[in-house]
Amino acid sequence: MAVISYREALNSTLRSEMQRDEDVFLIGEEIGTFEGSYKITEGLLEEFGPRRVRDTPISEEGFTGIAIGAAMLGLRPVLEYMTLNFSLLALDQVVNHAAKIYTMFGGQTTVPMVIRAPGGGGQQLAATHSQNLEVWYAHVPGMKVVAPSNPADAKGLLTAAIRDDDPVMVLENLSLYNTKGEVPEGEHTTEIGTAAIAREGSDLTVISYSRGVRTALQVAEELAEDGVSVEVVDLRSLRPLDRRTFCESVQRTTRAVVLEDDWLSYGIGAEVAASVQEGAFDFLDAPVRRVAAAEVPLPYAKTLERAALPDADDLERVIRDVLDATSFTGEEHS
Amino acid sequence: MNDQTQDADPQKADADIQQVNAEDADPQDADTQQANDPEADAQETDAQKADSTGSTGAEQPETLRAYFQQMTLIRQFELKAKEMYQRAKIGGYCHLNVGEEATVVGLMDAIAERDYLYANYRVHGYAIARGLEPGRVMAELFGRTDGLAGGWGGSMHLCDAETRFMGGYGIVGGQMPPAIGAAMAISHRSDPGPESAAVMCLLGEGTSATGAFHETLNLASLWDLPIVFVVINNRVGMSTPVEKASAEPELHKKAASYRFEGRRVDGEDPVVVRDAAHEALTQARENHRPYLLETMSYRLKGHSVVDPARYRTDEEREELAENDLLPRWRSRLIEDGVLTEQDAETIEQEATETIERAVEFADDSPAPEPEDLFTNAYSTGVANAPSAMPGDRVITL
Repeated sequence: MAVISYREALNSTLRSEMQRDEDVFLIGEEIGTFEGSYKITEGLLEEFGPRRVRDTPISEEGFTGIAIGAAMLGLRPVLEYMTLNFSLLALDQVVNHAAKIYTMFGGQTTVPMVIRAPGGGGQQLAATHSQNLEVWYAHVPGMKVVAPSNPADAKGLLTAAIRDDDPVMVLENLSLYNTKGEVPEGEHTTEIGTAAIAREGSDLTVISYSRGVRTALQVAEELAEDGVSVEVVDLRSLRPLDRRTFCESVQRTTRAVVLEDDWLSYGIGAEVAASVQEGAFDFLDAPVRRVAAAEVPLPYAKTLERAALPDADDLERVIRDVLDATSFTGEEHS
Repeated sequence: MNDQTQDADPQKADADIQQVNAEDADPQDADTQQANDPEADAQETDAQKADSTGSTGAEQPETLRAYFQQMTLIRQFELKAKEMYQRAKIGGYCHLNVGEEATVVGLMDAIAERDYLYANYRVHGYAIARGLEPGRVMAELFGRTDGLAGGWGGSMHLCDAETRFMGGYGIVGGQMPPAIGAAMAISHRSDPGPESAAVMCLLGEGTSATGAFHETLNLASLWDLPIVFVVINNRVGMSTPVEKASAEPELHKKAASYRFEGRRVDGEDPVVVRDAAHEALTQARENHRPYLLETMSYRLKGHSVVDPARYRTDEEREELAENDLLPRWRSRLIEDGVLTEQDAETIEQEATETIERAVEFADDSPAPEPEDLFTNAYSTGVANAPSAMPGDRVITL
């Protein structure tokens, strides 16, 4: 296993999948000559040429449709939105076309395309450039939506996405690109539709995805010093959602907190909480709590942005609230 | 041009549509051409000929008969669909090709088997003229398993990938970006030349006001894609006349903004449409360049079968009915000695029988079973794929 960054994992996965399959090509704004706004496609134009790495004009609706039509004829486009926020300009193509063509035409034509996009706040990019929007896409049948939290899953999920015959959205996160981790060398895929236990624990389950998993692991580490054993479930896949894994975890720990970077109402946390009360109601010692972003357009000023986004302190406070409310003594798991 | 004038005087429009694009047009010449004068045609150059009407003399009689037969079949299919809708056999929206039959038949004769077709939601006739069984089209309208999309798509979303009919699309303009994607796949894999495939993308005139239209035309030209955009200009989007939707109502001219060729032709003559489409497709496949073809016709019914078109005056309605292209085409073929009255009646009777069989086929086809609701949820099977029916628990441990 090599220790590489999330960015390097994505870049090398694109390279190896393009080497493996000539039908795989990249399409998006500034991915070729500029090598990507966040340098995920660095070196690929040079290696594969402009036929396989296609710089587009600023036409999200147009080039999303190009990916769809090319996929219908058997090519395997990997599309990049410079940021997830710009995907809104192509919403009709993604929701009304990519997600529906296979089912709506009775299974006659597949749409094997991948959409990659970084989302997330915390970079002082203000309201229009800091959104998450994952629930918008995770809501739609026909889509598959994954959100890797670490370099190994970035490789495994992107590989699986490229080899999948359905449209798959791979949600990246600006703040994860420079994070490092061990990544298996050679062939490595992660099964879409499955969650992972990122850390085992016995007192409380934190359920999260993408950047939130890192925060959860950090908090779990800190709480372990106080004798609190936190289990962390990394959803990895938002559609389909692996309810069994987190419900079984909550059955063991009896307490659940969901952490998400996105706005609270109608979010992933809402879906997880509803699933937990259905799948683990009799096991719960406390109501499921959600830790999510304040429901405002994300502000620019650092003080305001920090206040609006959930962080480790917020998560730790809520975990302690839940433990206190259930008279946790630290002896349960001894 | 003024829409009220046009709608009130379809015959006059026949002269107007002689306009060709900015690159090769001499508007004065075009205006003075006589729309229905075969002698005038004879004096035209080959290039001008495709824009004109009344060119039956140069055609094989069997071709003209076949066009009349197909136009009749489509007309009868559509009128039957309307009837079936009113009898609640068909649900949802149901948009008819009535008034567009010559365009349908001309385009579908020009397109090759290797070409791909992307369409909008007014699409029954195209499926039939592409060679698909009217029974399978009707079965889709009935929502049955033998329908083109197995009952999943309905009137707006017919599809037959085997014949490269890549679908009817319900969102105005939604079909355009995927259509250039298909063209990109063609150019990605093959060189320009007579053997190259091309894409034909159908759209209505109202689509020209969408963002997708402009992004698509720009990309198609920038990337040298083999595609023919056919703007089927029936002069009205629901109730909105093209002049109120487009600052440049001569839509073929929009291609010039993106540096490719556009041309407007009479959409009420299948020969004219076929020749123009053939030329457009030839350019697309041989040069891998886009082309915009605008066909002028009239929507003789409402926007969909439930629209009584109250925004039209009684006078307009009468004139539309009087100038219906199908009886005009029929009379012309009889006058030109291509058909006898009896031939025409026989063709009409056979069409009636074909449509009756289509209805029987659709009626006999089984409805899809609820247990098949998730059969085509995903192409690549996936862990934890949703399968809950309304009211089901989402997780049971």
